[in-house]
Amino acid sequence: MNHDLPLVSIRHLEKRYGALTVLHDISFDVRRGEVACIIGPSGSGKSTLLRCINALAPFQAGSIKVAGIEVRDPALDKRGLRRRVGMVFQQYNLFPHKTVLQNVMMAPIHVLGQNRHDVEERARRLIAKVRLQGKEDTFPGELSGGQQQRVAIARSLCMAPEVMLFDEVTAALDPETKKEVLVTIRELAEDGMTCILVTHEMGFAREVANQVYFTDKGVIVEHGPPKEIFNNPQQSRTREFLDQVL
Amino acid sequence: MSPFLRLALAVVATGAAMPAYAASDGLVAPLVRWAPVILGGFLFNVLVSILAMTLGTVAGAALGLGLISETRAIRVPSRIVTEFFRNAPWLVLLFYCILLIPFEFRVGGTIIPLPGWVKAVIGLALPVMANVAEIVRGAVQSIPGAQWESAESLGFSRFQTLWMIVLPQCLKRMLPPWMNLYAILTMATPLISIVGVEDGMTLTRAAIASEGRTDLLMPMYGFLLALFFFYCYPIARWTVRLERRFALSA
Repeated sequence: MNHDLPLVSIRHLEKRYGALTVLHDISFDVRRGEVACIIGPSGSGKSTLLRCINALAPFQAGSIKVAGIEVRDPALDKRGLRRRVGMVFQQYNLFPHKTVLQNVMMAPIHVLGQNRHDVEERARRLIAKVRLQGKEDTFPGELSGGQQQRVAIARSLCMAPEVMLFDEVTAALDPETKKEVLVTIRELAEDGMTCILVTHEMGFAREVANQVYFTDKGVIVEHGPPKEIFNNPQQSRTREFLDQVL
Repeated sequence: MSPFLRLALAVVATGAAMPAYAASDGLVAPLVRWAPVILGGFLFNVLVSILAMTLGTVAGAALGLGLISETRAIRVPSRIVTEFFRNAPWLVLLFYCILLIPFEFRVGGTIIPLPGWVKAVIGLALPVMANVAEIVRGAVQSIPGAQWESAESLGFSRFQTLWMIVLPQCLKRMLPPWMNLYAILTMATPLISIVGVEDGMTLTRAAIASEGRTDLLMPMYGFLLALFFFYCYPIARWTVRLERRFALSA
C-alpha cells in the first residue's frame, strides 16, 4: 500500500434530499495517520458527510474513495468497505441485550468469520485499552454515557478498521465523562489511527487535528491546519462561527 | 355424535337414569356428576387454543417479517393477507375453513384424514397469524433505527441484524400482546362448537339436554364460564405485570 496516497479521497461530492442540497461540491483528502476535524454549525451537513463515507447514506454525484474502494460503485462490497471504516455515533448505539465483551466480539465473529478465541483475546485487550477492564460482563445499561461510548470505540476498533469516523461522540456527555472519551480518541490518534471527527469540541480539534474543515450550509468554507483556522481564519463566516463558540 | 361424547353421556346417564329421581336431585349433584365431562370438554378447548396459537405464531412470525421486508413484492402481499385476516370475523373464517378444507387429502399413497377439529384449529390460527404478524412488525419497528444503523456500520447484513440484534431485543416487548392474544383466542374457542366440534360448550349443552332440566342451565354454563375465567384471568394478570415490568426497564 502506497502511504503517500490518501486513504480517504472525496471529490465533488453532492448529496441531496429531494430538492434540498445537503452537501455541495465537497472535496478533500485524508492521509493515513491523519486526524481531520470537521467543525461548523448544526445542520451544515457534517454528520451526513460521515455517513456518506461508509455508505450509510447514498449520494447523487461525485466520488468517495476509501483505501481504493469507490463508495458510489453500484457493485460496492459494503462488507469490505465497512470492515475498513469504523464508525462511532453520538448515542453510542450499543446492543443493549449483549454484554460489553459480546458487543465488542460480535462483528468480528459474525461479519468477518474470525476465530472466537482470537477475537476474545483482542476484545479483552481493547476493552482494557479504553480503560474498562472489569466491565466485560456488564450490560450497557449499567454503564455511564462515557463508558458506553468507550465500549462503542472498542467495538469499532475490534474490526481493525483503517479509518475511524466519529460523529459528535461527546455531544451527549457531561463534561467529566467527555474527557475520558476525548483521552481515548487522542490516544488512538497518537497510535497512528486515521480519524475523521465531526465535533463541537474546539479545544480538542485544535489539539489533535492535522487539518480542520469548517463547513457551513453544505460546503467547505475553508480548511487548514488548526493553528490557521483558529488563530487566523480567512473567511468572515468562519470568524463569526468561532466568535460564537469560543 | 362422536364415540367419546356418546360414551361420556352413557357413563353419566347410567348414574342418573331415572327422571323422577333426577328432579329431586338438587343443583349440586348433577353438576358434580357432569363436572368431569365438562372439564374434559374444556381441556379440549385448551388443546385447540394451544395448537391454534402455535400454528398462528409460526405463520404470523413469517408473515410479520414479510411486512417489514424491503422487497415490495413480499411486503405488499404480506400486508394484504394481514389486513384481510385481521379484519375478518373469526366465526366466518371458521365456517370457511370447515367447508373449504377437504376432510381428507392424499400424500403419495396414504390418505391423511382431516377431522373437523383440525380444520377448526386452522380456522382459528388464521386470525391469530394476522395478529401475531402485526405484533412482530410493531415490535421490530419499535427498536430505534440507530440500532440498525450501528449494526450496518459494523458490516452486519440485514438478516443478521434482524436475527441477532433486533429480534432478541423485541421478544420481551412481544410477550404481553402475544399473551393477550392467546387469552382472546382461548375465549373464542367455543366458536368451534357451532361448526360441529365437540368442545366444552357442546358437552355442557349435551349434559343439560340429557338431564332435561332448565334449572340446570345457569349452574352448568356457569361452571363452564368459571373454567374459562380461572384459566384466562391469571394470564391477563400476568400480562399486566409483565407490561409494567417491561415499561419500567425500557
